[in-house]
Amino acid sequence: MDAVFQGGALSSQAVGIAKRQRLMDVGFKYLTQFFALSVLFALLGIIASLIFNAAPALSKFGFGFFTTVEWDIINGEFGGLIAIYGTVITSVIALLIAVPLSFGIAVFLTEICPKSLRRPLGTAIEILAAVPSIIYGMFGLFIFAPLFAQYIQPALAGTLGQIPGLGILFSGAFNGIGILCAGLILAMMILPFIASVMRDVFEIVPPVLKESAYGIGCTTWEVVRNVVLPYTKTGVIGGIMLGLGRALGETMAVTFVIGNAHKLTASLFAPGNSIASTLANEFGEAEVGVHYSSLFALGLALFAITFIVLAIAKIMLMRMEKNQGVKT
Amino acid sequence: MTTTMKPMFHSDINQGNAESEQGANVSSNTQAVNAIEIKNLNFFYGSFQGLKNINLNILERKVTAFIGPSGCGKSTLLRTLNRMYDLYPGQRAEGEISFYNENILEPGNDVNLLRSRIGMVFQKPTPFPMSIYENIAFGVRLYERLSKAEMDERVEWALNKAALWNESKDKLNQSGLSLSGGQQQRLCIARGVAVKPSVLLLDEPTSALDPISTAKIEELINELKKDYTIAIVTHNMQQAARVSDFTAYMYLGELIEYGKTDQIFIKPAKKETEDYITGRFG
Amino acid sequence: MSRDASLFSKRKRANAFGLTFSMAAMSIGMLFLFWILAILLYKGFSAISPALFLANTPAPGTEGGGLANPIVGSLMIVSFCTLISTPIGILAGIYLSEYGQNSKIAEVTRFVTDIMLSAPSIVIGLFVYAIIVYQVKHFSGWAGTVALSLIAIPVVVRTTENMLKLVPTTLREAAFALGAPKWKVSLTVVLRAAKSGVITGVLLALARVSGETAPLLFTALNNQFFSTNMNAPMANLPVVIFQFAMSPYDNWVNLAWGGALIITFAVLGLNILARVVLREKVSV
Repeated sequence: MDAVFQGGALSSQAVGIAKRQRLMDVGFKYLTQFFALSVLFALLGIIASLIFNAAPALSKFGFGFFTTVEWDIINGEFGGLIAIYGTVITSVIALLIAVPLSFGIAVFLTEICPKSLRRPLGTAIEILAAVPSIIYGMFGLFIFAPLFAQYIQPALAGTLGQIPGLGILFSGAFNGIGILCAGLILAMMILPFIASVMRDVFEIVPPVLKESAYGIGCTTWEVVRNVVLPYTKTGVIGGIMLGLGRALGETMAVTFVIGNAHKLTASLFAPGNSIASTLANEFGEAEVGVHYSSLFALGLALFAITFIVLAIAKIMLMRMEKNQGVKT
Repeated sequence: MTTTMKPMFHSDINQGNAESEQGANVSSNTQAVNAIEIKNLNFFYGSFQGLKNINLNILERKVTAFIGPSGCGKSTLLRTLNRMYDLYPGQRAEGEISFYNENILEPGNDVNLLRSRIGMVFQKPTPFPMSIYENIAFGVRLYERLSKAEMDERVEWALNKAALWNESKDKLNQSGLSLSGGQQQRLCIARGVAVKPSVLLLDEPTSALDPISTAKIEELINELKKDYTIAIVTHNMQQAARVSDFTAYMYLGELIEYGKTDQIFIKPAKKETEDYITGRFG
Repeated sequence: MSRDASLFSKRKRANAFGLTFSMAAMSIGMLFLFWILAILLYKGFSAISPALFLANTPAPGTEGGGLANPIVGSLMIVSFCTLISTPIGILAGIYLSEYGQNSKIAEVTRFVTDIMLSAPSIVIGLFVYAIIVYQVKHFSGWAGTVALSLIAIPVVVRTTENMLKLVPTTLREAAFALGAPKWKVSLTVVLRAAKSGVITGVLLALARVSGETAPLLFTALNNQFFSTNMNAPMANLPVVIFQFAMSPYDNWVNLAWGGALIITFAVLGLNILARVVLREKVSV
């Protein structure tokens, strides 16, 4: 065994090793940085590619492209409004239904559910969120749409459809598939996602805040309304925006049941198109030219809308976490 | 290899006398060498000054304890010695710290290399998520190329030094996390010792442990000082009195008094020291 | 006193309403889950047979057939995607966690990564089409892999970063205190300590891309025949399901349900595995 006591001695072997390690440290830092930046490069690449490929259509139709109702493949006349409308309206319908339900689920999981059931039920919701969207699409087409046509559409037409002004929304044949059906399937799809986010956000509320409210005799509902919600307001909005972002970009759940019609109709029962469904159905066969470029223009519109929504969502969630003192 | 000590401390005066009394039988081991000389050290956390003009020598192969109330800067001081503060932007040290005549604070120095020569054991036991054997081999492999047989020998030696060999020899391949708290801390000590540093810095090594483990580790320190220079930060005065040869009392970032442990605890020169030691505050 | 009583009963009613609503919402959610899974099992079960896994997709109008080529194709595409995204994602996550505490670049990267997490996957398909398929003038399994990787990498990056951040600083300090260089500390100590969390992230990314259809529509496209050539159009389950489900042929629709069942099982299985790994904290 060599002498133990070193007295500050330093072997040249160690010095050599240390020098190499320093080089490797620099290399490692740049390697990891490069990969981290690759996501940024990908984003920039996507934006550039979309703009580049949409340019021909946009230069031909101008920015009015996005407000024109037109989709004539044969004559090469295209406008984005049908698809944009379809995307937006299905997402709005989905949110209108999913948000209150998600809220209810989140409240249940955080306030009402007995402790022992909390994890399994929470996991069940997360499993629902993991089901691939194509499954929702098939479910929608084969199971839900027929039921929708047989029971729900007549019911809606008979009740809400009778209200003057609203009636036009529920007019038309009971085909099952269409804008409203797509919105409902989309709601089913984003429901577990928004519910999970809301639940996570609700769980951040310090128990001591809720306890003091309970302590002065508040009912559960009052605690939720007056303590939990105000505290998590930004986070809840952020979660909703995240769900909206997902809904806007969803392809398969919508394509199966939206009807794929290039028509803009007032009725929610009518078939229509979303940007994603248009792309899914037509991009494979589009010849390079106006059609191809118009599809890219649609893609650009979708990406822009989603990006803005997701950016706002992220900012809101970051702000909420900053208030907790937690850095994102 | 004698270095003249600055005549600022009690110990110098007595040391000088002791040497002249012992005459020709003095072996080189009793000649005092400074492993570390701290000169005009100032330390800043951003704009807050954590250490004010510290001047202090740490003798080799002796145990030097740093005591003082919370926030006095003793841990800060310890962490300047192995430049641990380098990990955190915004923390900086000014002055000179001489480690066997090399200035530690020199910007160009290889910090990793320094840390392989000045080791540290922390307050909370921190075994790596690896087997006991790997925990120890990790540090050794950094700067030495050993064969399997040599590594086995080194691991055994280090575990023996930390009085952990008998308890762990049959489970070297089990995770370090499977040990008890006291054992984990001894593993950390073994880990620090295995790389054969010149100096071992112990930052409140027993404050998270039970009394029995604490006693074992204090025994260890007594053994270890034969081969290593040890600096220990402790908030437990009795521990400082038990294990150390020299003690430094710090308060609010300043070095109030430094000298032989016996001197400090029996007849401190400054009133502040006496107040702290007798428990009048802190 | 009567005012107080009516106020209280109003509050009680509001509370009851709210709670009932919550429980109803939960029940609806559970109903959806069971309904979908039940339908899937019911419809897909009849398609389960050895032929499903051994026979190739049938030509239009022909009887029988199976899903052998799309299953193999999907396995290959997803496997390569995992091989690519795991190291890239983990290293990027290491950068964000270990080097990116106060860096502007890291802030921007995190922001962008989070957005990419929820970006419309069909647009990613368009992008990969434009930069790969259009350039080489043919569809390929590789293009599909790239598209899926663009979706998987942000997932791995985020989970890796979050898991690494959970590792206590004292562990890092202990490694540095021995003189270890930063790259070694990051890879052999910190990453190891977060191992189960990082693996979970990879499994979740895997589960996510296994179910994605849109990115494959214009990249890997589809292939009626059995092929292991990644450089040509590659059969894959999601696109086959899409094509078959919307078709008029009964056996195609049947196969679509079979495929849907397989995908769902795979995805849910991976999700559950990910949870188990995280809980068990796979040891050293």
